[in-house]
Amino acid sequence: MALIRITSPHAHRPGNTGSVMLTVLMATLPGLAAMTFFFGWGTLIQVLWGSLLAIALEALSVKLRRRPVSFYLTDYSALVTAVLLGLALPPFAPWWVMAVGISVAIIIAKQLYGGMGSNPFNPAMVAYALLLVSFPIQMTSWTAPFVMLGDGWSVLSLGETLSAIFATPSTAVDAHTMATPLDIMRHRGGFTTEEMWVNDALLANGIGAWHAVSAAYFMGGVFLLYKKIFTWHAPVAMLTSLTVLSTLFFLLMPDQYPDPFFHLTTGATMLGAFFIATDPVTSATSNKGKLWFGIGIGILVFVIRTWGNYPDAVAFAVLLMNLCAPFIDQYTQPRSYGHAKPNRGMK
Amino acid sequence: MANDYKKITLDGLWDNNPALVQLLGLCPLLAVTGTVVNAMGLGLASTIVLIGSNLSISMFRKFIPESVRLPVFVMIIASFVTCIELLMQAFTYELYTILGIFIPLIVTNCAIMGRADAFAIKNPVGASLLDGAMMGLGFTLVLMVLGGMREILGLGTLFSDMQLLFGPAAESWKIVIVDDYIGFLFAILPPGAFVGMGLLIALKNIIDKRLEDKRKAAVTVTEADTETRRVRVTGNIS
Repeated sequence: MALIRITSPHAHRPGNTGSVMLTVLMATLPGLAAMTFFFGWGTLIQVLWGSLLAIALEALSVKLRRRPVSFYLTDYSALVTAVLLGLALPPFAPWWVMAVGISVAIIIAKQLYGGMGSNPFNPAMVAYALLLVSFPIQMTSWTAPFVMLGDGWSVLSLGETLSAIFATPSTAVDAHTMATPLDIMRHRGGFTTEEMWVNDALLANGIGAWHAVSAAYFMGGVFLLYKKIFTWHAPVAMLTSLTVLSTLFFLLMPDQYPDPFFHLTTGATMLGAFFIATDPVTSATSNKGKLWFGIGIGILVFVIRTWGNYPDAVAFAVLLMNLCAPFIDQYTQPRSYGHAKPNRGMK
Repeated sequence: MANDYKKITLDGLWDNNPALVQLLGLCPLLAVTGTVVNAMGLGLASTIVLIGSNLSISMFRKFIPESVRLPVFVMIIASFVTCIELLMQAFTYELYTILGIFIPLIVTNCAIMGRADAFAIKNPVGASLLDGAMMGLGFTLVLMVLGGMREILGLGTLFSDMQLLFGPAAESWKIVIVDDYIGFLFAILPPGAFVGMGLLIALKNIIDKRLEDKRKAAVTVTEADTETRRVRVTGNIS
């Protein structure tokens, strides 16, 4: 929640919401580049298409709410939402998937709650969760990374990608779809993880693409840390709790649970840790609170990935912890100087 | 007296609508409004129970001791629900299987209990009967609007499967809004009902606010030349 519960003194820093959001946008560039490199033009088109929709819808809803349009458009928060959703969607998802997602993110998850700074849930994650629940087929058909496209397969050209996304299904070029590594691990039937690493084509040959994309997100995250856009607490706590839990289970039953490196470098772990869990609006406020917030996301990601119905879990984990953020804030309120530890809870 | 009846009618349908204003009976409201026919089936069942319970509680209101009134209400409501359940089993069996547990759960619908305790126990038979009918109708209408919204969004059709309620002739009532609709599962699932309900309540509040503004504007114009000033004019929406 946006209610500031940090005690004074509040130091000011140069810049405003707009410049912070622009820096975040810059930090997504390595990830965007890696996605485009490995999975083709799809992601780039999704991001552009989403941004276009997001700006239009943000302008429309701000205007309907009789607020200054240019002021709210230049904080670029709608663009960040669109870029994050664009990175999270499968590269060849049809155009209407993004349209539904952005409408829900901007209108329902953000503006209906009062716009920038008042939304309790991360808009991009609300949209992603809704899309995943509503359109499971479109949302789980990921593209094969180009490193696997040997014998006769080739990356779709820009024109083919455009027609795959925007044309009607009957005329669209059939993109080479394939599950994500997490999906494969989740639905591996009776095989052990070792057998999967050897037998499955994607896990044996294509996993490098996912590692590279995660590394790119990680780089972007480190850049944001260096620019002091957010503190280290939430990402480090999230990655640590995920690592600890997955290591524990991996050591107990290595043939049943994938190793911690797999958890850290596939799916949306890195994107979630550095770009979603650090959202200033929907995460906990104090540093201690951010630690708990991150730990909660890490645990939930592992639990939902391992025992849940969906292969990846970052969106659900973030939304559940968004729900807990006001509660965490309440219990991690820092002591103000000169005051005793406050009494909280029922006495 | 006529004015009273008008007020009761307006209360049930709009001003004090059980679903939109009192926010009662949300459990069936959110659970079974996936299509218009489900919504209508449950709405009508609830309405009949509401009319029956209001009528009988109002009739026996002199004999019901205050201390045990709630158990008595539950007994009366439960008997009507059992009747409805058996009737639906007999005449609309498919709908009965679709609605499932939510038919017996009408007993626990707070809207019915609420009307019994807030209205029927204090008012004469005629007024209670009208109140039950109007509250039930208001509830059913909201259920149907929500069901329609969710059916259009979720399935791309409207009035599908109406034969479950109205016999084979109603099969042709189905309107296909979008051909080859891909389906929007979110609208069919409970979260879609919550969002839809929120939007309906918002819509009602907007309409109320507009009416209020209009009325205020009218009052300020006429205020100068009228002697009597009305302090409260709630419930007079023209």
